[in-house]
Amino acid sequence: MKRINILDSTLRDGSHAMSHKYTTEQMAMLAEQIDSTGVDFIEFGHGNGVGGSSIQYGFGAATDEEYMKAVRPKVKNAKLAIITLPGIGTRYDLKMAKENGITVARFATQMSECDIARQHIGMAKEMGLIPWAVLPLAKFLSVEETLRYAQISEKFGAEVIYLLDGGGSALPEEVYERIFTLQKHIDVPLGFHAHNNMQLAVANTLAAIDAGATYVDTCIKGFGAGAGNCPVEPLLLALDRKGYRTNVDMYKAMDVGDEYLKPLMPRPMELTSDQIMLGYGVYSSFILFARRAAAKFGVDTRDIIKEIGLRGCTEGQEQICIQVAYELAQKKKAAQNP
Amino acid sequence: MEKKIPVAIIGPGNIGLDLMYKILKRSKYMELKLMVGNDTSKHLPVAAAAGVPTTDRGIEGLLEHDDIKIVFDATLASAHMVHAPLLKAAGKIAVDLTPAAIGPYVCPPVNLEGYKNEPNLNLITCGGQATIPIVYALSEVTKVNYAEIVACIARDSAGPGTRDSIDEFTITTARALRVVGRAEKSKAIILLNPSKPPIMMSNTIYCLVEDPDPVKINDAVNRMVERVRQYVPGYSLKLPPTIDGNQVTTMVEIEGAGDYLPKYSGNLDIETSAALAVGEGIAEHLLKQGGNH
Repeated sequence: MKRINILDSTLRDGSHAMSHKYTTEQMAMLAEQIDSTGVDFIEFGHGNGVGGSSIQYGFGAATDEEYMKAVRPKVKNAKLAIITLPGIGTRYDLKMAKENGITVARFATQMSECDIARQHIGMAKEMGLIPWAVLPLAKFLSVEETLRYAQISEKFGAEVIYLLDGGGSALPEEVYERIFTLQKHIDVPLGFHAHNNMQLAVANTLAAIDAGATYVDTCIKGFGAGAGNCPVEPLLLALDRKGYRTNVDMYKAMDVGDEYLKPLMPRPMELTSDQIMLGYGVYSSFILFARRAAAKFGVDTRDIIKEIGLRGCTEGQEQICIQVAYELAQKKKAAQNP
Repeated sequence: MEKKIPVAIIGPGNIGLDLMYKILKRSKYMELKLMVGNDTSKHLPVAAAAGVPTTDRGIEGLLEHDDIKIVFDATLASAHMVHAPLLKAAGKIAVDLTPAAIGPYVCPPVNLEGYKNEPNLNLITCGGQATIPIVYALSEVTKVNYAEIVACIARDSAGPGTRDSIDEFTITTARALRVVGRAEKSKAIILLNPSKPPIMMSNTIYCLVEDPDPVKINDAVNRMVERVRQYVPGYSLKLPPTIDGNQVTTMVEIEGAGDYLPKYSGNLDIETSAALAVGEGIAEHLLKQGGNH
């Protein structure tokens, strides 16, 4: 029976859904509860990762270091993980993570720009952190190109390589063929991170596992950016039926969700119309920014998201929401006053 | 013909060659006497073909030229660390386009005036050159408690130098926003954009300020944009200063001059344009000094 490693990201991707306003107390309390479910890794902190607290992405309710100091003493079994983007998080952030008991440092780049992680992967290794590479799927990159970029990440020293469907726009067969090709040529373990904007997070995660992924990201109740991530509870049920093994207790995960997470959720992980639009290939974390920009400039959130998808913008470019909203508003004005 | 100051460029890469064409086409006070490469410089013949004398013997080949007064270093930070003391000892002024930052950070419309007698001047980063003028302009009319910039660069115009030292970009830009831009606190973010066709370099500048006055802010920013356009003609406001509470958001875009690099490489253009402006400023200063003696 194949053993699947579970990384819980309720406290990191879920931070997007909280507009990065988890208090340190909430994060510490949930970390302790999530640890009790038996997950292998707990990723936590600002939704955009370490260094993400900013105007661009939203300020966190606490600093990275405050979150680390709050979470570390509560977690006894799982290994702690952080994520960051080269170009946002710096060597000082990595050093702080190491000093605060973090084991795994995940580096996300745009897939085609994965070589900008070389410096950070090297620095992390030198500091004694375990570096993983996280490569967002891009709909315009073929299976062969995906493999080529994964091989670059492997060469730099990434110890696990993830594909990430940040927009929840991948279809199960697209996930399957990419992971299947990667596992034939890549020696390090492969992982998958799903989003649920088209309600395919569980299906895509299962497809990744069937194709050879042994690491997957989940959240309690799917609590994450956009329409959320892969919810751990139905995934565990499906894995049990399919005969895969994990270290996570399904009942405990359900109970932690109902008793501890649900009361803190600002809204359930529902399927809103503008979130579905993320299926055009837009990063899930854009949704709240697009809504704010739409309100400020008097345009439709769906138009903003669709336009961003057409422009092929990917991770980290939340400022584009303001720019597109402004341009749509100008266009609207011009149409009204010819 | 008016007298010109002899100058040299080290590093015939993308940046060095773009700067070469800028000096050849536009310089009033500088004469490009030498392009310095080494035995691995593939593109040194491009300089020779443009009629510029070349050497492939690196810094040693350069130091044989006593007449050269200003040296632009477009190599790597590690190389500039070696070059800087040698240039200083030889009495040559170094304009450093690497992240080595041995000398003070210079952004032409902000602080060049004060640094014309320095032996070594550093050009920060492209993101710094693009955004610091705006932050500084705001600081003239209000207190900037926090400046955060997001530099978006087309993937094709981020070469191996940027990619292998992305952390220096983030750290140096953030520091220069405080030191040169006069922001109290700062943060810098760099994003590479793989869109096709390539996007122009676009920069978002978020500032948290005290009691923003829309009229004063608009005036200050517009005046500064005009000053930058004098040496970077493709510099333009994409989003005029937009005030939301105490937050001011401004976006600027840079279309390169297309001297050697494609037009979308505004990030490289603003760096070489700043180098040209700094070189011109110093050369003019040297000529005036010479006239007084």
